[in-house]
Amino acid sequence: MNHWIIVPVVLPALLAPLLGFVMRHDITLARVASVAGTVALVAVAVGLTMVAVDGQTHIYRLGDWPAPFGIVLVLDRLSAMMVLLTSILALIVLLHAVATNWDARGRHFHALFQFQLMGICGAFLTGDIFNLFVFFEVLLIASYGLMIHSGGRARMRAGVQYVVMNLAGSTLFLFALGTLYASTGTLNIADLADKVQDIPIEDAALVRVAAILLMIVFAVKAALFPVQFWLPATYSNAPAPVAALFAIMTKVGAYAILRVHTVVFGPGAEAVEGLPGTWLFPAAIVTIAVGAFGVLGARRLLPLVAFAVVGSMGTLLVAVAAFSPQATAAALYYMLHSTFAAAGLFLIADLVVTRRRVDTLVAVPQTLQNGLFAALFFAAAIGMAGMPPLSGFLGKLLILDALRGPSEMIWAWSAILAGSLLTIVGFARAGSMLFWKSTTVPAAASVEAEEVSSPMLPAGVAEVAPTMAVLALLAALAIFAGPVFNYVDDTATQLFDRAGYISAVIGSGGEE
Amino acid sequence: MEVLVATAIGVLTAGGVYLLLRLRTFPVILGLALLSYAVNVFLFASGRFAIDMPPILSKYDTTSYTDPLPQALVLTAIVISFGMTAVLVMVALGAFLVADSDRIDGDDGDADDEGAAR
Repeated sequence: MNHWIIVPVVLPALLAPLLGFVMRHDITLARVASVAGTVALVAVAVGLTMVAVDGQTHIYRLGDWPAPFGIVLVLDRLSAMMVLLTSILALIVLLHAVATNWDARGRHFHALFQFQLMGICGAFLTGDIFNLFVFFEVLLIASYGLMIHSGGRARMRAGVQYVVMNLAGSTLFLFALGTLYASTGTLNIADLADKVQDIPIEDAALVRVAAILLMIVFAVKAALFPVQFWLPATYSNAPAPVAALFAIMTKVGAYAILRVHTVVFGPGAEAVEGLPGTWLFPAAIVTIAVGAFGVLGARRLLPLVAFAVVGSMGTLLVAVAAFSPQATAAALYYMLHSTFAAAGLFLIADLVVTRRRVDTLVAVPQTLQNGLFAALFFAAAIGMAGMPPLSGFLGKLLILDALRGPSEMIWAWSAILAGSLLTIVGFARAGSMLFWKSTTVPAAASVEAEEVSSPMLPAGVAEVAPTMAVLALLAALAIFAGPVFNYVDDTATQLFDRAGYISAVIGSGGEE
Repeated sequence: MEVLVATAIGVLTAGGVYLLLRLRTFPVILGLALLSYAVNVFLFASGRFAIDMPPILSKYDTTSYTDPLPQALVLTAIVISFGMTAVLVMVALGAFLVADSDRIDGDDGDADDEGAAR
C-alpha cells in the first residue's frame, strides 16, 4: 500500500490542533507553520497526481481491513486532480489572507483553515459513502468557524442561516444513507455499485428514493436550484478570502454527484436507469438562469460574484447531467477553470472593497491604483464570463460541443449562451461603475466618512500577487489546454469504467 | 413494533420540519434536534428489528446476532449531531447578541444594500 494516499488528510489534521493550541498567541509562527503545511500539501498532491496518472485505481485500506468491511481511501485520476486543485487554491487563498491581514482579524483562522483542508481532501479521497458524510461534517464545521471569522452583524446572521441550512442537509444525508443501507446492506461505494446493478427494476423503489435523496443533499452543497438560495447570502457575507476558498466547496458537491451518481447509480444500473440525469438537467438549466439574472440584478459587488458562482455551477452541472464520458471530461475541465475564476474574483473583490470601504455598486471617489484593480477585475471577469482568451471560453466550448443530443442541445445551448451574455453585461456594468464612473467623482465628496479611519495604503506586491497567480493559472489552463484536456479525458474514461473501479477496490484483498 | 417505530419516526420528522420552518432561532434549533432524533431511530431501523440479540458473533453458541453496523452509524451520527447542535447554539447566541434579533431569515427591515460590516 502507498501510505502517501492518507497524507492529505493526516497532515492538516495534525497541523490544525498544533496551530490551535500551541501557536495561538503568535500569529507569525502560525502563519509560517500554516503556509509551510499548505506548501507541503501541494507537494504531496503533485506527487499523488504523478502516481495516479498511470490510470490505475490505488487503494489505501485503513487498518488493513479488506474493502467491503473496512473503510478504504481511493486514489484515482479524479480524486488526485481534485486534491491537487484544493491544495493549489488553498495556498493562494492562504497567502492572500496573510498578506491582507485577514487572518489576524479573528482568532484561530489558521487552525480552522487546516481543518477545512482536511475535510475537503478526505471527501475527495474516501471510497466509503458514510465516511464521505463524516468528512462533509468535518469540512462544514470548519467552514462555520471560517464563515463567521472576525464577526460583525450581517456576517453572524448569515452564518446562522448557513449553519441551519447545512444541518438540515446533513440530516437528509443520514436519511439517504439509512435508506441505501436498508436496501443494499453496504456503504462502500464500489460494493454499492456492484449491488445496485443486481437489483431488479421491480424492487428498486427504495434505491431510487435513496439516489434522489443523495442528489438533493449534494445539490445543497453544489448550490443547485431550488436549494441554491443559501449561497449568495453566505458567500457575500463571508470574509472574502474564505469565500474564495469556498469556491472549492461547491465543487465538493459536484464531485460527489459525479462519483456517486456515475459509479453507483450511473449508466447501466437498471434500477435507477436515467433517473439522476432526468432531474439534474432541468435543475441545472434553471440554476444558470438564476445565476445570470442575479449577476444582472446585484446591487453589491460580492453578491454579484456569488451569483456568478451559482451560474458557473449550473453550467458545470448541465455537463455532468449528461452522464457521458465526453460531457464529463468537459465538465472536469470547466470545474478546474471555474474554481480558479471564482476564487480570483473574490480575491480581487476583496482588494477593491477593502479600499472603497463599501461594496455597493455606486460611484465613489476612485481609490489608489484604480487602473491596476480595473485591469485585474477585467481579466477575472473575462475568465468567469467565458470570453477568450482565458480558459472559461474553452471550458464552455467543450461543454457545448459535448451536448449535441437532440433533446438537450436546444436547452443547454440557449441557457449557456444567453447566461453568458447576461453575465458579461452584468460584469461590464459593475466594472464601469466601480472603476470608470468613480474617476468622475471628486475626492472630497465623502470625506466625512473617511476621516475616522486610517488612510488606505496602496496594495503591495504581496497583496496583489495571489490574485495575479490565479489569473496566471487561468491563462495557463488555456495555453496548456491540450495536455490538461488529455488528462481530464482519461479521467472521465476511468470514472465510467465501473468494473475496473469495483475490481480494484473489492478485489485487492490479497495484493500485499 | 414496526408500526410503533415508523409512527415515532414520522411524528418526530413532522415536528422537526414544522419547527425548522419557524422564523426564530430557538424553535429552529429544537426542530433540528427532533430531526436528528428521528434520523437516529431511522438509522437504527435500517439494520432490521431484532430483540434480545447481541450485535456480535459468538463462536460458543449458535444464537443469531443483529447487524452491528447501524449501531456504529447511530453512534457516529449522535456524536456529530450533538456537536453540531452545540455549534449552532453558540453561533445563534453570538448572532443574537450582535444583531439584537433572533429572526433567522434576516429580514427585519434592514435593506440588503447596507454593506457587509468590515
